[in-house]
Amino acid sequence: MKIHEHQGKDLFRKYGVPVPFGIPAMSKAEALAAVPKVMDHSGGEYVVVKAQIHAGGRGQGGGVKVCKGKAAAEEAINAIFGMQLVTHQTGPEGKEVQRLLIEQGLDIKHEYYLGITLDRATGRVTVMASTEGGMEIETVAEKSPDKIFKEAIVPGIGWQAHQSRSLGFKLGLDAKQVRVFGAFMQRLTKCYEDMDCSLLEINPLITTGDGQVLALDAKINFDDNGLFRHKELEEWRDLSEEDASEVEASKHDLSFINLDGSIGCMVNGAGLAMSTMDIIKHYGGDPANFLDVGGGATAEKVTAAFKIITSDPRVKGIFVNIFGGIMKCDTIANGVVAAVKEIGLKVPLVVRLEGTNVELGKKIIAESGLNVETCTDMGDGARKIVELTK
Amino acid sequence: MSVLIGEETKLLVQGMTGKTGAFHTVQAIDYGTNVVAGVTPGKAGGSVEGCDGVPIFNTCEEAVAATGANASVIYVPPPFAADAIMEAAAAGIPLIITITEGVPAADMVNVMAFLDAEHPNTVLVGPNCPGVITPGACKIGIMPGYIHKEGDIGVVSRSGTLTYEVVHQLTTLGLGQSTAIGIGGDPVKGMDFIDCIKLFNEDPGTRAIMMIGEIGGSSEEEAAAYIKDNVKKPVAGFIAGLTAPPGKRMGHAGAIIAGGKGSAQDKIAAMEAAGIKMAPTPAEMGTTLQSLL
Repeated sequence: MKIHEHQGKDLFRKYGVPVPFGIPAMSKAEALAAVPKVMDHSGGEYVVVKAQIHAGGRGQGGGVKVCKGKAAAEEAINAIFGMQLVTHQTGPEGKEVQRLLIEQGLDIKHEYYLGITLDRATGRVTVMASTEGGMEIETVAEKSPDKIFKEAIVPGIGWQAHQSRSLGFKLGLDAKQVRVFGAFMQRLTKCYEDMDCSLLEINPLITTGDGQVLALDAKINFDDNGLFRHKELEEWRDLSEEDASEVEASKHDLSFINLDGSIGCMVNGAGLAMSTMDIIKHYGGDPANFLDVGGGATAEKVTAAFKIITSDPRVKGIFVNIFGGIMKCDTIANGVVAAVKEIGLKVPLVVRLEGTNVELGKKIIAESGLNVETCTDMGDGARKIVELTK
Repeated sequence: MSVLIGEETKLLVQGMTGKTGAFHTVQAIDYGTNVVAGVTPGKAGGSVEGCDGVPIFNTCEEAVAATGANASVIYVPPPFAADAIMEAAAAGIPLIITITEGVPAADMVNVMAFLDAEHPNTVLVGPNCPGVITPGACKIGIMPGYIHKEGDIGVVSRSGTLTYEVVHQLTTLGLGQSTAIGIGGDPVKGMDFIDCIKLFNEDPGTRAIMMIGEIGGSSEEEAAAYIKDNVKKPVAGFIAGLTAPPGKRMGHAGAIIAGGKGSAQDKIAAMEAAGIKMAPTPAEMGTTLQSLL
């Protein structure tokens, strides 16, 4: 699960991680009203207007503006609020900006990169820091890996002060800044571990002319498997940032991802679902989605999945590929038949069934009178659906 | 011959009284698995329908003392799975197979640190995996038993139903399996490809190896390097997710192309460079392996 920058900064404040003063705004009016408050609080005439969308690269896309004075801030708010912000992570259609963060401007002395994530190769949560603040860390990793410094957290022991000192001095901080950075890191790593984060990124982390260390940005992702421990995060979920079909699918406990193609897929198991996409592509088709109905699906769940697939107007054909294990083929067959009877079928449907209760499943499909193509195996099924949708 | 499990396996089921645990315990017993005990805290002395004669204990320690269980399978819900793994290890069980899906990554980081420090010889499979089966002898997990056939092909896979797919293809071609291991799709887990490949390489009952990977992480590349240097047996492979978009988690927590790393193209290239014959499509996994024999 992802959250907005302003929410991430609220979480930082809770943990005592220093962030600039700022006010989130859900409307243009709120944003305009926030400008004088931020100026009064900081005593300066600079404010930063920041678009709040989940995708990265907001600055390059024109979603972040540093403004001197009220007039400039108002102009930036008018320009950014409601704009279709296009970044390298949004896709070409961009994302409508529906909320802003109005923040104090600061006297930035230097920008750094700081990230915390799980290094799956070592099985350790690892802190990465770099002097190349503001840049994409992947780019730094590729071009100058020697400029990225790493420290792993030992499970059960936690982050240690010497690790902060090691990173701080490598980043070129002076002795006083290293002390400040130490407290910063202690709180930040606690936040990561307490909250079941999967990614915590501050780009940039800054030092100011008066010796402060602050998180100028906050990008936080949480481990979906850990969310049961953090029910309070549910209110931070912004459904407008998520794909409507994916949200609908998650209500039915289906794993669904929208893709660009025209062949809808319904599969059980993530690996088989990915392979089904691959084999459709191999035969010259394009999958419209990744959909894993899971192991314990009921006929109702299958019907819901079918509805989500057929609600996409780009879908020109559907391929159902099931290898029954716990999931029984007759369950799938009943779900498909019920869905088609309820909502109709305007596109070709190829069904491949194998595994537990396969004969029963095939019988249900055959006796339903529906116009369903059967196939001998997944290769045959993929060829057929590609042919039928040409 | 086989690896990890066989006729000698005495299985303990953690979470046997739950719906999933009970269902799969009945299936395992029907397949011929020697299930010796169940553990559910507070349910000692009880029984599960269809598992008559399998005693239930409050703790793994008691169960091991009474039955000599030498393997455990875990069906407990995600919030309690990490604790269950550590309990099994503390009770001295040498092989722990965790089926549970949805265990927080932070919990698994702690589990692996605990095992490394306290029980370095304990073997963990999973979490979020279908389990392990030695056809004709022992089935531990949620895979459908009847698609398997006794034989000499070692199968290792990160996926569930894709494992069934490849096993089915092999069986249809008349190629039985020595053991099939589902290692699971989580980013922090027990056995990885390399550990399984080592076992299959040393197992005289395994003639060839089938390795099924997917996008995310770098364990396929590491296994490929190991195979290149150490394995003389024929190895066939497949990687799922050639068409998966970057940055999207494809069902499994670990199946994500992040920061330009973990793509199917990179993995296929590394495996081909190691002499592994790669199946061009998932419909040809079995025939690709067959072509090496």
